[in-house]
Amino acid sequence: MREFWLGRLTSHSLPHDWVMVGGTATFIAMFLFAAVILTRTKRWKWLWNDWLTSVDPKKIGIMYFLVAGFMLIRGGIDVILMWLQQVLAVDGSQGILSADHYQQIFTAHGNIMVFFVAMGFIFGLINYIVPLQIGARDLASPLLNTLGFWLYVGGVVMINMFFVFGGEYAATGWLAVAPLSGIDFSPGVGVDYWIWSLQISGIGTTLGAINFIMTILKMRAPGMTLGKMPLFTWASLFSMLMAVAVFPLLTATLFLQFFDRYFGAHFFTALGGGDPMMYTNLIWMWGHPEVYILMLPAFGIFSEVVSTFSRKPIASYTANVLGMAGVSVLALSVWLHHFFTMGASSDVNAFFGLVTLVISIPTAVLFFTWIATMHKGLIRFDTPMLWFLGFVTIFTIGGVSGLVLAFPPADFQLHNSLFLVAHFHSNVIGGVLFGIFSGISYWFPKIAGFRLNERIGRNAFWCWIIGFCMSFIPMYILGIMGATRRLDHYESSTGYQPFFIIMLLGGIVIAVGLTLQIVQILASIIQRGHLRDNTGDPWNGRTLEWATASPPPFYNFTVIPHVMTRDAFLDMKRLGQFDQQYEDILIPKNTAVGIYIAILAFLVGFGFVWHINSLVVISLIGIIIIFAKRAFSEDSEYTLRAEEVEKLEAKRIAKVPAHEKEVKSLADEEDMSVWDFVRYVITFAMDIIRNKKWKTW
Amino acid sequence: MVNHKAHQAAADDRVMFGFWVYLMTDLLVFSVLFAVYAVLHGNTVGGDAGRDLFSLPLALQETILLLTSSFTCGLGLLAARSYKKWQTLICFGITFLLGALFLSLEMKEFTEFIREGQTLQLNAFLSSFFVLVGTHGLHITSGLLWMAITMAYILKRGLNAPLVRKLALLSLFWHFLDIVWIFIFTIVYLGAYS
Amino acid sequence: MTAKHKISPSLAKLLVRMFAGLGAFSFLLWLLLRGQNIAILHSKGPIASQQRDLIIWSLIVILAIAVPTVLLLYFTAWRYRESHSSSTYHPEAKTGKIFNIIIWALPSLMMLVLAFTLVPSTHKLQPNKALAAQKPSINIQVVAMRWKWLFIYPEQGIATVNYVQLPKDTPVAFDLTADDAPMSSFWVPNLSGQLYAMTGHINRLNLIANVNGDYPGRSAEINGAGFAGMQFTARVSSTDDFESWVETTKQSSASLDKTAYQTLIKPSENNEVETYYPVDGTLYADAVMKYIGSHGNKAAHTMHDEGMN
Repeated sequence: MREFWLGRLTSHSLPHDWVMVGGTATFIAMFLFAAVILTRTKRWKWLWNDWLTSVDPKKIGIMYFLVAGFMLIRGGIDVILMWLQQVLAVDGSQGILSADHYQQIFTAHGNIMVFFVAMGFIFGLINYIVPLQIGARDLASPLLNTLGFWLYVGGVVMINMFFVFGGEYAATGWLAVAPLSGIDFSPGVGVDYWIWSLQISGIGTTLGAINFIMTILKMRAPGMTLGKMPLFTWASLFSMLMAVAVFPLLTATLFLQFFDRYFGAHFFTALGGGDPMMYTNLIWMWGHPEVYILMLPAFGIFSEVVSTFSRKPIASYTANVLGMAGVSVLALSVWLHHFFTMGASSDVNAFFGLVTLVISIPTAVLFFTWIATMHKGLIRFDTPMLWFLGFVTIFTIGGVSGLVLAFPPADFQLHNSLFLVAHFHSNVIGGVLFGIFSGISYWFPKIAGFRLNERIGRNAFWCWIIGFCMSFIPMYILGIMGATRRLDHYESSTGYQPFFIIMLLGGIVIAVGLTLQIVQILASIIQRGHLRDNTGDPWNGRTLEWATASPPPFYNFTVIPHVMTRDAFLDMKRLGQFDQQYEDILIPKNTAVGIYIAILAFLVGFGFVWHINSLVVISLIGIIIIFAKRAFSEDSEYTLRAEEVEKLEAKRIAKVPAHEKEVKSLADEEDMSVWDFVRYVITFAMDIIRNKKWKTW
Repeated sequence: MVNHKAHQAAADDRVMFGFWVYLMTDLLVFSVLFAVYAVLHGNTVGGDAGRDLFSLPLALQETILLLTSSFTCGLGLLAARSYKKWQTLICFGITFLLGALFLSLEMKEFTEFIREGQTLQLNAFLSSFFVLVGTHGLHITSGLLWMAITMAYILKRGLNAPLVRKLALLSLFWHFLDIVWIFIFTIVYLGAYS
Repeated sequence: MTAKHKISPSLAKLLVRMFAGLGAFSFLLWLLLRGQNIAILHSKGPIASQQRDLIIWSLIVILAIAVPTVLLLYFTAWRYRESHSSSTYHPEAKTGKIFNIIIWALPSLMMLVLAFTLVPSTHKLQPNKALAAQKPSINIQVVAMRWKWLFIYPEQGIATVNYVQLPKDTPVAFDLTADDAPMSSFWVPNLSGQLYAMTGHINRLNLIANVNGDYPGRSAEINGAGFAGMQFTARVSSTDDFESWVETTKQSSASLDKTAYQTLIKPSENNEVETYYPVDGTLYADAVMKYIGSHGNKAAHTMHDEGMN
């Protein structure tokens, strides 16, 4: 009976060491804090109706940003712990972590950064920007979108669940390669948490990708042929097509590994006829394209940024699109370069090495189109453009080292070394993360209605660049010295320690950069009056997202624009073509179906982790019932009458102050500095303490 | 005024397209399972191979059942498109029965194997067999569930346009499963004897 | 450079700071690197040397295209900056057909150059390729265990744990496998690149060592809790020293029979060096066949033919 309701959960599964108790306590404290604030401000209803059940892609986009932002901090703390361990665990010293614990942390770090930070931000940006760029009011399936988001949140909760129950995460590396991840070598629940965290969020990604393909291909504004589509939309389309092509492989692979672990099947076991090498192949057939799924939208962001800030249309648009297409197709056929060292024949290795070389050709083409775009332009260097220049520098370092790794004999020496780790961090930090930062600072005025503080943004940028060099140049060198990745201790005679110390210092500089970015947002909120942009078009934008208000109304556009050229909005501005004919708008109703299904899906996964079969069955039945009810519901939209649209627009325009002020392009003296911010916070706090303001709360 | 008809047609078009994309992702899941079966089907660890286990007549029966059900499913959709409520219900009712019969035969096969000790824990060949065929069976089960719920709604609400649209997707799904089964029949069952 | 093109004082200041910072940082790194074993550069045998040369050569060729491209990008960004002048601003400027051909052709050409090195070097440095040398080659069987390396010298009849001694200038053929261990990677960076050791497989790694000395070796692939401690020393010595070491080992070691092997295979971390004599000659084949036998009969035969002979 106990087993039926609780499976393998016992009191021993509850946290009992300081890290787990600390983690659990932190989470509980955060929830309690949020709950208290929500109750005191009577915001529960608002939270539920306006946000959690919203199907508005703009709100879902913002929620993606928030979750991904939290996870970035969570994954960043992991980095500091890991590097501190590597500084301390020399010779006899155990450092601050046991080997097992250290291995769990780097596994969690990889999973969090790829699945929940990079994917979260990319999906957030696509959610917010793509519908605006293509002049759509909504997504093809608002329901799939909220479901995809909540499944992603389900994955986030699952990956942090081990703090509370079980106390262990996978200690296998981020791809949990077999047979290490099999039940024989990893008998605990860690790998099960890994499987279900990735499975749940991965299914969410597939659904989201299907949705965006439908949206981009079927819901563009009239006149926007494929050849007139903005480049970020193209990049998102390629990214989502790749996601649809490879995420099913991940789903299937996780499914098979689950069968091995739960039912004792023999897919990837060493004994019983299983084939561990098949796992390596399958997981990398998904894993390699996955990094390009993240990279392509970043390429798209840079194309938009370079074009806007050079005040020129993108040069060789067709070459740019073909370049991205080439990258996506080739990315599907290079997976074996992740295990040249497995002992395949030299023909096989040479083939995959060659394809890896070839993939750099379309990437180089993208670089050339950016150079040509800047050529004869009039370039402003606001923060989005700074991130672009940072990207060029660091991504090139990563690309060069990646091409060296494409040579199988070179890879024999560099594979699994810290050189490899430095290589892919150059690409994901310099490429994906800087792309995300560039995109966020570029579109922030659209999302918030005021631009970001330039000064602090610049400070943050330089912290990231300096911190990156301090951390990763030593890491490249360590790789050349023969240091493998994932070392939880080593001998001082290797001479590694000074380099690890510099890496940790670099990590701290990056942490300062990240903190400054948070400060930047807070400072911008404080100065929002000063930074406000009432035009909706602070950068003299070219594409449709700038054609509507900032922040856009929930129906995106009062009137769906007609697109004539690639730089649709620029031409509208030039020709002064703005329709003001209001029309009825169909608006999808908010729904809690996404949350409910995600909760149940989470419970299915949790049930499987702990062998609680009753929970699995009950949750599955729940999912079926909800689906059956929702799928046949005929009440999912309502009509917003033209008169109401007109009223809403009038209200919005009335709010705009009369003195419309053009936002200045470069950092001006009025933007507060970090020190101004610190002074402001101190004054604010002193004011509260002196005047006993908390009494009124 | 919103042009409801044009809006609906565009939405239908999108949903159909999206469903196709979904089917492609499902096909990829099956491709992995087929590839895994192809790699592992020889790894019997000295146990029985496919030709010692599989009954071709049974597999042929299953094939005929599923093919026939695909046919009746097509008839049902035709009837639904011309809004003939009872004809639709009868056709899909037969489809449901044939599908359920297929599923029971598959269950029978599985339980016999398990009773003989040929479980998926025994070796990689059986693991890949059970998971490939079982995943198809799971899809058939969800198809049957979907069919039953849709028919219940037809009984309750009568045959309306949204339900016809649901039936169109369902029959697409059903034909898809039929095609996957043809591959299973050819590769797993016939393949074992080649 | 005309007066118009002059670098502004603020940019000049930035550049000076950047180069000064990078210079100081490089100097610091150089200081820290002095006297250290930079394993991949300090190669002690022909295989590692060729791999090092390949890394350096490919790096030079790749930098030859990457650096000018990036510099061109920086220069363009600076040349057409807003504060400079708007007279060069031509928003209507179009790229021509020739530009489009060049941007595809140029990187393709460079990749072609690289491809002409990649393919032959991959064939030449394929780890299982036998190496020609004046001295006859020796064979060492390697079993990756949790978390230690067992080396069996079938010709000498001895075995060692976490220590391997090699005669100088002699081709050595390592036959890598694993027993009751996840995938591990055998790596002695001073002597050769790595290769995986996997259950049921024999991966052959050939190398030659030219310089006497002790070189660190380890598992490069994560394989569980004892991963970081799964290291060994590879000692390269003269052939005479090698022979006398074999003799000493024979006199001062316990035997490695099936029972001792079962004890040895149990998971353990940070193992000390151990030596064994005599060694049961069937241990290695059994360790491999245990896993191959778990496949079908057909698979076992092919594996046996390819691997065991």
